[in-house]
Amino acid sequence: METTAADARVGDDAARPLSLAIPGPPRWTRSPSDLGTLAFSAAGEVRRPPVDEPPRRMWDLATALVRVTDDDGNAVGPWAPDLDAAVLRQGLRHMMLTRELDRRLLMDQRHGRTSFYMQSTGEEAVACGFAVALGKGDMNFPTYRQQGLLVAAGYPLTSMMGQVYSNELDPLHGRQMPVFYSARDHGFFSISGNLATQFVQAVGWAMASALQGGTSIAVGWIGDGATAESDFHAALVMASTYRAPVVLNIVNNQWAISTHESVARGGAATFAERGHGFGIPALRVDGNDFLAVCSAASWATERARRDLGPTLIEWVTYRAAAHSTSDDPSGYRPKDEPSQWPLGDPVDRLARHLVATGSWSARQQEALQQEVEQVVADAQAEAAAYGTLQSGQRPSARFMFEDVFARMPVHLRRQRQQAGF
Amino acid sequence: MPVMTMIEAIRDAHAVVMERDGSVVVFGEDVGHFGGVFRCTKGLQERFGPDRCFDTPITEAGIVGVAVGMAANGMRPCVEIQFADYMYPAYDQIVSEAARLRYRSAGDFTAPLTVRMPVGGGIYGGQTHSQSPEALFTHVAGLTTVIPSNPYDAKGLLIAAIESDDPVVFLEPKRLYNGPFDGHHDRPAVPWSSHELGEVPDGHYTVPLGQAVVRRPGTDVTVVTYGTMVHVALAAASEVGVDAEVIDLRTLVPLDLEAVIGSVEKTGRCVVAHEATLTSGYGAELAALVQEHAFYSLEAPVERVAGHDTPYPHAHEWVYFPGPERVGQALRRAMEA
Ligand SMILES: Cc1ncc(C[n+]2csc(CCOP(=O)(O)OP(=O)(O)O)c2C)c(N)n1
Ligand SMILES: [Mg+2]
Repeated sequence: METTAADARVGDDAARPLSLAIPGPPRWTRSPSDLGTLAFSAAGEVRRPPVDEPPRRMWDLATALVRVTDDDGNAVGPWAPDLDAAVLRQGLRHMMLTRELDRRLLMDQRHGRTSFYMQSTGEEAVACGFAVALGKGDMNFPTYRQQGLLVAAGYPLTSMMGQVYSNELDPLHGRQMPVFYSARDHGFFSISGNLATQFVQAVGWAMASALQGGTSIAVGWIGDGATAESDFHAALVMASTYRAPVVLNIVNNQWAISTHESVARGGAATFAERGHGFGIPALRVDGNDFLAVCSAASWATERARRDLGPTLIEWVTYRAAAHSTSDDPSGYRPKDEPSQWPLGDPVDRLARHLVATGSWSARQQEALQQEVEQVVADAQAEAAAYGTLQSGQRPSARFMFEDVFARMPVHLRRQRQQAGF
Repeated sequence: MPVMTMIEAIRDAHAVVMERDGSVVVFGEDVGHFGGVFRCTKGLQERFGPDRCFDTPITEAGIVGVAVGMAANGMRPCVEIQFADYMYPAYDQIVSEAARLRYRSAGDFTAPLTVRMPVGGGIYGGQTHSQSPEALFTHVAGLTTVIPSNPYDAKGLLIAAIESDDPVVFLEPKRLYNGPFDGHHDRPAVPWSSHELGEVPDGHYTVPLGQAVVRRPGTDVTVVTYGTMVHVALAAASEVGVDAEVIDLRTLVPLDLEAVIGSVEKTGRCVVAHEATLTSGYGAELAALVQEHAFYSLEAPVERVAGHDTPYPHAHEWVYFPGPERVGQALRRAMEA
């Protein structure tokens, strides 16, 4: 009888029990200092193809790491953006404002003035830098960690604080948990608590823009962990099939609550590589390098604006703070891990670049820090004058029953009356 | 007898079953190394090894999907969905697959799995950390839906759920994790150590699925409820001074109909209470059953107390939550009718 390939396999291995690769420490803890084993390019090393290069010829960019600012603060290589020092100083200010806002609101939560908070500490460059490439009419579909987009778009800090306090200033009438902002006029889609659902909606928004003959684009945002959801893959296939004018951002901040990024990444070398199966060009970018962020964002948004289709970008960064105020990272990662992160701090790095190019000084940096603290403190005083979740004027409970439908149905009207509002 | 919180009781149930049955595996988001965001699986990976308790990528569809495949292939997975609010990506696997596998294959394949998830509000969790989706499960043929109200039941019911040969949805009222919360959110929290049902026996025992229990015998009115609302109903009855009989259903499907009807035939009045939204809630099923089976014993219309038909709001969660005052009003209405 003829032996088939399958018989031969059975003969070889049948007696050996199978086993799985179960992720967990120490195996998942490719500690930040080991990051050198990942494709970890030097600043200036990675090529910058023209935006209309065929996707198939750009696969190398998904495993490289686009970096611009070197250790001395110089901008080097083909991705070095041509940006005014004024734009960069503005970006620095946005990042510092975001960080100070996070610091203040975290303290508010600690003091019981609100229920919950989420910081973006260490990741500010991703949102603040990306915002430089966006224009009026473009729409972000952010996660809860892109407050930098709002700050960079000039959204009033008092509105953000009002939302966090659930007070009368809250544009969402106290309905949403802190940080789940919504600001259409500032290009910021309403945040859902359900991970990944909005990544695919960004594709739909972009498709609608094209179908209606518009010129604006959409930007989807997702965390490393949430890429495991089906909606992530749905977004990629829809964007790929219809060549939607969208940029799809994965913020790889190394952690998904207590779970290391490698759990969602599985056998792939990088998250950016996920784009290839869908024929979507993908970049992997140093997300703590403000210049690299601006440059890659401008490259990808230009592709979208020129009808060249979607781009997937993996921003390599680090969640320096806890996941949220409900989380204590000391239970799952080494205490000193944040200080070991090899890509540095985005604020320090941009400041160093500005100093290196002669358009900034330590004194100016100090003055900016003071100014930022004052601005946030003033906004806080103004917002807190309306009270906080702990004390003060809450939005009327009438609002609880509104906007469930465009027009309140009878049964809800009755429930509202019974509740006494 | 050891005193446990509901979290510790759930942990202990896992450990007891995992010790006895090597086919029981436990997994979910942040469940392995860290032990779950509510710490319900803490220590299991250390004790039983990473092959028995492990972390998953963030894919609820993937978690329940692989659980169905494992269950069909001889294992008893007990998986955690981090919040019930995040079960929707898994809903297809629960409803179209787990619930019907036995039926559509005429018993050729089955899905003995347990899907645990925290439910309910009261932690300022807003609309995505507060939902009570039990009616979305009780509406599905083939699902057993369980919801404990205390540590003793949580352990016994979870062991019974994991040992069940059918898929079980196991809902954990998160406001009860650390104490018997009665809806008075402005009063100091009470720990389980001061409650008799915080006493949890060591080792293996079960609380049978499908059996309700009377938490407070009474003669004036029957309150049919479950989960957090059991404690709210008990508080309301004593505050209003009505001699209510409070029934804790513990399992919603299959329902202990006899316990409900027997009590209503005795009291002649019935209040149904749950935290989930009113319209098409499980209370509608209960009210229908009471009028079908005890119509001629009823001296008043069946009252329903429930969450309002809105998403769960953040700032006004205590306006939303059907606390002791709302239950008390319903008790009065039932008594005055
Ligand atoms: C569908 C869904 N499942 C689970 C959760 C609970 N959850 C909230 S944040 C989070 C981790 C997300 O990690 P990542 O995507 O890496 O984003 P990061 O928090 O790091 O910014 C989890 C599991 C959720 N919000 N939605
Ligand atoms: Mg992350």
